[in-house]
Amino acid sequence: MAQTVHLFIPCFVNAFFPTVGIACVEILENLGYRVVYSTDQTCCGQPAYNSGYVKEARSLATRAIQLFGVADYIVAPSGSCTAMLKHYYGTLPLTRKERQDWDLCRNRFYEITQFITRVAGVNHWKGTFPHSVTFHDACHALRELGIRDEPRQLLTRIQRLKLIEMPHADRCCGFGGTFSVKFPELSTAILEAKIASLKQTGAEFVVSTDSSCLMHIAGYLKKHGESITALHLVEVLWQAWKNDGSPPILNGTHAP
Amino acid sequence: MDHNPLTNPTRNAPASGFKQWVRLYLQNSRYRENIRRATEHALEQRRLAVDEIPDWERLRQEGHRRKQQIIDHLPEHLNQFIENARARGIVVYQAPDARTANQFVEQIARQHGVRRIVKSKSMVTEEIGLNAHLQQNGLEVVETDLGEYIVQLAGETPVHLVGPALHKSRQEIGQLFAEKLGVTYTEDPSELTRLARNILREKFLTADMGITGANFGIVDSGRVVVVENEGNARLCMTLPRIRVVIMGMERLIPSEADLPLFLTLLCRSATGQRLTSYVSITGGPASSPSPEGPEKVYYVVVDNGRSRLLQDPHLKKALYCIRCAACYNICPIYQTIGGHAYGWVYQGPIGAVITPELSGDQRADDLPFASTLCGACSDICPVKIPLHHLLLYQRQRIVQRTSGPHSEKLGFALFEKLARHSMLWNRMIRLLGKVQRVFPGELPVPGWTHSRIFPRVEWPTFTQWWQKHKRKTP
Repeated sequence: MAQTVHLFIPCFVNAFFPTVGIACVEILENLGYRVVYSTDQTCCGQPAYNSGYVKEARSLATRAIQLFGVADYIVAPSGSCTAMLKHYYGTLPLTRKERQDWDLCRNRFYEITQFITRVAGVNHWKGTFPHSVTFHDACHALRELGIRDEPRQLLTRIQRLKLIEMPHADRCCGFGGTFSVKFPELSTAILEAKIASLKQTGAEFVVSTDSSCLMHIAGYLKKHGESITALHLVEVLWQAWKNDGSPPILNGTHAP
Repeated sequence: MDHNPLTNPTRNAPASGFKQWVRLYLQNSRYRENIRRATEHALEQRRLAVDEIPDWERLRQEGHRRKQQIIDHLPEHLNQFIENARARGIVVYQAPDARTANQFVEQIARQHGVRRIVKSKSMVTEEIGLNAHLQQNGLEVVETDLGEYIVQLAGETPVHLVGPALHKSRQEIGQLFAEKLGVTYTEDPSELTRLARNILREKFLTADMGITGANFGIVDSGRVVVVENEGNARLCMTLPRIRVVIMGMERLIPSEADLPLFLTLLCRSATGQRLTSYVSITGGPASSPSPEGPEKVYYVVVDNGRSRLLQDPHLKKALYCIRCAACYNICPIYQTIGGHAYGWVYQGPIGAVITPELSGDQRADDLPFASTLCGACSDICPVKIPLHHLLLYQRQRIVQRTSGPHSEKLGFALFEKLARHSMLWNRMIRLLGKVQRVFPGELPVPGWTHSRIFPRVEWPTFTQWWQKHKRKTP
């Protein structure tokens, strides 16, 4: 019996970048998991939490926890939301019952790259993506969840994909959630340093694990008529499979 | 550029100062380029120095643990430190705030007939505004650290914990020297250093009092440690007949046996050196155990808001700080706007955490929000202060204690209501998508669309796609 993955789709991915969610479903199903999703899902509460609004964050956290049910894993295409669910919920003033509910979830939360490499055990991605890409480390994936090598492992094994590292790939893009609108000029000035770094590589695509960074980076690139395209890592993985005609037949060693 | 009046918290500044200063400094491309170059250089030097130490992580742990021991029982350790210092013949004064600290130093100066004071770099004296106080009372105070001397000549305040003048290029320093000292313009660093040294040498020899800070106060010996690269601090503490040490009350480490650890963490994090050129460990006046030393030695141990940090179970971790400035160098905010834009003595992530408490001033409430919470500061901190968690915590405290921007409070209340009901939430998304499609051109989003395209709602949304494909729900 296939294991169940409950997909957690970040609120803005649902609205603005649905293909990221679709790629997650396709990838997870082709890896042999049964995927479930709650259409009641909205936001994990991070915008309120990061702005200091604990009461509102707590309210959304307790609501989110109730949606996850008994799935074996809860997987999100975002290091930032995963860190919120996995780590920061624990700092909220939860009741005993709510904390127990969260405790039952916390070890099942995974960012999707971590899930693919550590849980599904896939480190050799079969597929073709005949383009040059550069990888931006999303801060929360990198520092809250320790994701650094996994995305690069996956990318470098894809046929004809050329990974070109940018200088300071691990530096912040200046998004920072509400920071980006509270201090717009400052946020943009930090972003400009990131844009300069990624342009240095001459890559066609900038890839990351978080759509929030990509929304910020792509927003600037488009506004300024730059030709670099932003893609979520799962979009590259899924496209690489499709470019080969169909998902590879998994021989069962990786499939759970 | 004029120096920032907010830097001295005793002066008046507009309520919304910080955001204005950010805009101002963002426009100063030369200043920004100098800051960027200096911080990148410091980070690279640090990286090379840290890479030499295979168990750096263990040292950080250990540094964290020892500072925790001190801070968790600070009053006891402080009493012991003071007792041991007094046994060495040192006069110790515990100053509750800036005013009393300044008055005490002024009093000592009067009592000993002091006219000229030489001083080495000390952030706590910047914090309390000591120079201004002494100068207003007719005393001459000369900064003798080259960077501080430059900043003093320019009438500015330090832009960085370790490199007070790193925002100035050598050309700017050359112009400053030509203008203020009446010398021929040169931008040769060694020539500029020689010019400053000639002037300062005379000041050292004729000063009556020397003031230094302290990098560490050693609890079990009552001695203090000063690290530096120019030798000026050592001259300040040995030549004049009166020696005054000003230190924050949290600057303690348990014993001299802890020095190798803390010197390793500090020097490598701050300048990427294995050890600074000078490390001075000093005790009491002449005639106490050693016949050498100044006639009189005073310690001024400053609280000035530190007790407020100490009282809080989370914020007290900020008192572990050893002032290496690695968090300044790695911070995307500091790298972009430099220190002066913060408007306060302590800048960067650590400054944004402690300034609201140290100043007790609501104008500092913007600072904890000026962070992307990227966490690079927490990762680089040599004593593992969870800086970005403390920034988050400060945001919560500020939201709770202030009325806050009214529109923001309402905004998050509304956001929470919508996000609790998926039907309302999805309607809101549909509405946004429709508005985006009928609006001619780009729908402006305040604070975003001046520099970035705001993404459009895609049909179908992921939820709609899921429903259409009749996927199973749990």
